[in-house]
Amino acid sequence: MSKKQNKLEALNLDAYYGDFHALKGINIAMEEKAVTAFIGPSGCGKSTFLRTFNRMNDYIDGFRVEGQILLDGKDIYQKEVRVDELRKEVGMVFQKPNPFPKSIFENVVYGLKIQGIKKKSVLEEAAEQSLRNAALWEEVKDKLDKSALALSGGQQQRLCIARALAISPSVLLMDEPASALDPISTAKIEELIYELKNDYTIVIVTHNMQQAGRVSDYTAFFYMGELVEFNKTKTMFTSPKDERTQNYITGRFG
Amino acid sequence: MKVSEKIIEGLLWLSAAITILVTVGIIWVLLSESISFFQEVSLVEFLTEKEWTPLFADKKFGIMPLVAGTLLTTFVAIAVALPIGLTIAVYLNEYAHARMKQVVKPLLEVLATIPTVVYGFFALTVVTPFLQQLIPNLAGFNALSAGIVMGIMIIPMISSLSEDAISAVPRSLREAAYGMGSTRLQTSFGVMVPAASSGIVVSVILAISRAVGETMIVAIAAGQQPRLTLNPLVPIETITTYIVQVSMGDVPQGSLEYKTIFAAGITLFVFTFALNNLSFWIKKKYQEKYD
Repeated sequence: MSKKQNKLEALNLDAYYGDFHALKGINIAMEEKAVTAFIGPSGCGKSTFLRTFNRMNDYIDGFRVEGQILLDGKDIYQKEVRVDELRKEVGMVFQKPNPFPKSIFENVVYGLKIQGIKKKSVLEEAAEQSLRNAALWEEVKDKLDKSALALSGGQQQRLCIARALAISPSVLLMDEPASALDPISTAKIEELIYELKNDYTIVIVTHNMQQAGRVSDYTAFFYMGELVEFNKTKTMFTSPKDERTQNYITGRFG
Repeated sequence: MKVSEKIIEGLLWLSAAITILVTVGIIWVLLSESISFFQEVSLVEFLTEKEWTPLFADKKFGIMPLVAGTLLTTFVAIAVALPIGLTIAVYLNEYAHARMKQVVKPLLEVLATIPTVVYGFFALTVVTPFLQQLIPNLAGFNALSAGIVMGIMIIPMISSLSEDAISAVPRSLREAAYGMGSTRLQTSFGVMVPAASSGIVVSVILAISRAVGETMIVAIAAGQQPRLTLNPLVPIETITTYIVQVSMGDVPQGSLEYKTIFAAGITLFVFTFALNNLSFWIKKKYQEKYD
């Protein structure tokens, strides 16, 4: 009845770095307004896969994909797709906080400014809304004109989330967003992810099994470039079907 | 073993000491000769007099015309080299493939190895006649041609150093910009160039310093007429060309005319010394710390 739409899909996706076959025949469909976690040992291809959804791998020499990535049913690797437009729809938060060396305000409104929006009232409103959504407003509202680099690591990461939210994407890709943060900042980011899934489709790469268990609705386990198992997080963590998944989530390797 | 270590250490110390001694020696000669110059000509006259005619019967010792000539040619050179150099830096960093960059960067640096006398004749015999077709009242010797050619000469300085500065900006910033839907142009000029601005400013200051000290091009193409003007279409003289003119040997050693070159020299030294220190200071103070 109220079955949710598939927001993102991969169909027979292969990816290569030169001769290296990084992703092998991946098929997956991710639900709208849900959190999907990608887990797996280092080098398993989960980050590479995440980066195909906003074509962030395009600039890497020798990288190519075969197969399809569908966003709302449309293949984003078609020739006529403009990557800058795509990335306004599919926002990204990186592993290490990477604010621009500009003021907090300039960071948040950067995405709007490059779209040509200049009106101060519009920018200010968007900045406040995005910072509130990223649970950062109360901490920075009195120092919006201060350098973003003066914030703590956790605050910088929430600023990067606010910056991504400001251009109102529908998908948020997060590449180990809390791996460089302390436990308290990590908890804040996780809380935030929980809030954000009401409005956004979220895909998160994480090394932290507990984190995947806490924040995600679905989990995909990658191993050696293959998608080994994809299921509801609860099911996956209580009764994994594949032996490799079981070994990984019980900490026997990785 | 111990003895040879000591000898090597001593040799290293000696080479460092020689460099410093030479610098100190140059400054000492410049200072002592200029002091004896300023005992005959007041510093006020030197700085405020509007004419520079030490080699004429009616001697006047105002350095300003030479300073104006120097600043004029330098300004033209930077006006040419900064936009072109920065564009090249952005192109190499953002658009060019790795292999292209490997070929283009050394090729550009060849520009810096061409003897300046060749540049000078290029300015006089190619650029000036060409410009005269566009600007009919352009004099045969002028600051414009000399400045433009000097600009071409310092392009690799700006492009190379700026490219290094842009390359040093962490990859994560570029990814952040792309991730927000920036185009390549928006990424380079909106994020990378501002983030690299301290390095770019340093490259420009070093280029200015080079242009201020440049001699041959201006000696050949800019005329040797000290003139207090900001008009680039007429002949002028720079501090360096004046020094060349006097050093040719017609002036008796120890005379007041002879001492003028040290006064001019120390003016030049103050300029370049200040610029180099400024670049050093900017580098230290504004270097972005990302980690």
